Amino acid sequence: MIETALSIAMGCVALAMLLNLYRLLRGPTAPDRILALDTMVINAIALIILFGILEESGAYFEAALLLAMVGFVGTVAYTKFLLRGDIVE
Amino acid sequence: MTALIDIFIAFLILLGGAFALIGSWGLARLPSLMTRLHGPTKATTLGVGGCLMASMLYFPTHGLSWSAHELLITLFLFITAPISANMIAKAYIHRRHSETRMTVETARMLPESPAGAAEWATFGVADADRPNQPSGEPAQPL
Repeated sequence: MIETALSIAMGCVALAMLLNLYRLLRGPTAPDRILALDTMVINAIALIILFGILEESGAYFEAALLLAMVGFVGTVAYTKFLLRGDIVE
Repeated sequence: MTALIDIFIAFLILLGGAFALIGSWGLARLPSLMTRLHGPTKATTLGVGGCLMASMLYFPTHGLSWSAHELLITLFLFITAPISANMIAKAYIHRRHSETRMTVETARMLPESPAGAAEWATFGVADADRPNQPSGEPAQPL
């Protein structure tokens, strides 16, 4: 039963990432693209966690944790660059 | 009992996937960035939260070792999601303001910047360009 739920949820998250990709390619302004990329990273975290449950392995949580940190830093760097024209002042 | 927990875990996984899909659907469909910001920031954190709660329940109940990583990821996402949303909204507002050419007249409508700083963090004009305000005196409320 959990396997079925996992495959359905992974399909949902994959579809969500496709929608994010649409917004990333389409997005009229640069903040739209940043938001799409940020959401894509969060969806990737969800996908990694679901895959970790499927594989019954705790090793995937390290990757999810790293991705959460790097994604946040990347988003802040992008917006900082848009705001000030420079990342580290 | 185990079957009950399994049903609950499956429900949480489905909830997480559904929320992730709804959030991204909102990101793709809503008309402007300020409304688009609403979808992912709430729904996706709930989606990831559902998946993480499911894995937090799954590992101990299936004879595997419990780890604190899920809690760490949840905590980190819940702290950082509002910050990144705020930064994105700020970048958007700043960009729109720079497109509409902030003039001295519109800058006069901004409230005075706090703590005697030269300007607000993202927009506004420097105090030297501000009209009718001699330097050194406290600003009059508008």
